[in-house]
Amino acid sequence: MSLITRRRLITTGVATAAGVTGLGVAAKLSRKYGLVPPDCKGVYGAGETLSYGAERLFARHAMAREFPRNMISAKPFANEIAPPKEAFKKMQARGFVDWKLTVDGMVEHPMTLSLADLKTMPVHSQITEVSCEEGWSYIAEWIGTPLSNVLNAAVLKPGVKFIYYHAVEPYLWETIDVDEAMHPQTLLTMGMNDGDLPVGFGGPLRLRVPRQLGYKSLKFVTHISAVDSVKNIGKGLGSVDPEFGYSWYAGI
Amino acid sequence: MIKGGERRGGTIFVLLALGSWYSLPVPTLSPVRKKTASRHAVVVRVTHWLTVVAFLALLVTGLCIVISHPRFYWGETGNVNMKPAFTLPIPASRDTVPTAYKYVMPDENGWSRYLHFEAAWLLVITALVYGAWGLVSGHFRRNIVPLRGERSWRAIGARMAQYLRRAPPDKQEENSYNVLQRVAYLAVIFVLFPAIILTGLAMSPSFVGAFPAIALIAGGKQTARTLHFFLTWALVAFLVVHVAMIAITGFWSRMKAMTTGRATKEEGE
Repeated sequence: MSLITRRRLITTGVATAAGVTGLGVAAKLSRKYGLVPPDCKGVYGAGETLSYGAERLFARHAMAREFPRNMISAKPFANEIAPPKEAFKKMQARGFVDWKLTVDGMVEHPMTLSLADLKTMPVHSQITEVSCEEGWSYIAEWIGTPLSNVLNAAVLKPGVKFIYYHAVEPYLWETIDVDEAMHPQTLLTMGMNDGDLPVGFGGPLRLRVPRQLGYKSLKFVTHISAVDSVKNIGKGLGSVDPEFGYSWYAGI
Repeated sequence: MIKGGERRGGTIFVLLALGSWYSLPVPTLSPVRKKTASRHAVVVRVTHWLTVVAFLALLVTGLCIVISHPRFYWGETGNVNMKPAFTLPIPASRDTVPTAYKYVMPDENGWSRYLHFEAAWLLVITALVYGAWGLVSGHFRRNIVPLRGERSWRAIGARMAQYLRRAPPDKQEENSYNVLQRVAYLAVIFVLFPAIILTGLAMSPSFVGAFPAIALIAGGKQTARTLHFFLTWALVAFLVVHVAMIAITGFWSRMKAMTTGRATKEEGE
């Protein structure tokens, strides 16, 4: 057993104190620069903060892999969704002409857009992969307009930190940080492969977030809101997922 | 309500008590002190046990995650509409996956993924510390890389034959790994663990976005997933052999060596 001397005790004590102080400073700076995810509390908080912090430091502008046309999956998989409610079925019967996307929150020009309105915006397509947290994946072409076009038209106010979005069923809600929202690959998607986005895959409107797992790419989006904090939405954990035990940040 | 002054006084008292206790002379517990030799450095011991904790957490949570889709594919994509390379003959924890069973397992994917990635960070940070120290201190060169006279298939075969004959180990194996141990540890430290970490990262959309080369090295996202699964079992096989060998050669003395860092020398040395 190595000798425990007074000198060693003091040195270790000072080193520990310095380390703890250093961690405290790091924590404060991390919060200031948006490196800490909303679900940072609890026993898994350290891991989540390391993963999200690493993305914010090293991969903030990284592009999700885009594939050549010949890698589009012949057999994509539409994950099971809850049976559509009556209101949705009525809109579907009318070809979704009255589908509304409300854009509000910390924006200069709140607006309500129909699919026709969205289709007047510049069209982008991307051939990216949907990766599910279960482990399966497929590649498809997604056609629509980047979310940044809509947010720029609405003009974000200074201080916006997150974009909150929910589906036609409001209990299905998500947030992404504003950098993710303004990323060129974050796409308000209305077309898939050779036609309109099928309902099974999120039609008529899905917000594709290809740098994260599939559950962030919310289907049937009807509302987008710019916010400076997620503390007052739901349980304040950033999305409905942590309330079911899933991480808010789904880049890994 | 403890006031500031009382708290300060209490803290000083506790620190003085601890300091006094540590500077008291400790009487020896036995009249004859056993001779011990230093066996494992403190960095080795700490990183070893942290790796044990991380690996067990990763293994358990990994199994919880894999049962949500117990099918494996080669290439970039794979889902229930595509023919798998192979399936596991177990029930799944999601009813969207067809299995031979009429029920689904409990779904533990949520917290499992949280813990899997937290344990992965623990493993990666521990591995970086151990790797850096191992290189700089000469630990790998002295203790893990096979010794100069033993870098041959003949040496490996000879030591294997010695095990199979159940012959006792050589004297120098008391404080130096034999060639089979060195090859095994080399493979685990420099091949299996890096590969399982890289194939894990190759499944992350964000990491692949930042470093697309990793997806190409891994051969595609689904190939990475399948390889990650195979590597798990390679590491589990190592774990079983590792624990068995430790148990056969003196479990508690080995545990003492890997916790206190010292091994008791035999009498008459």
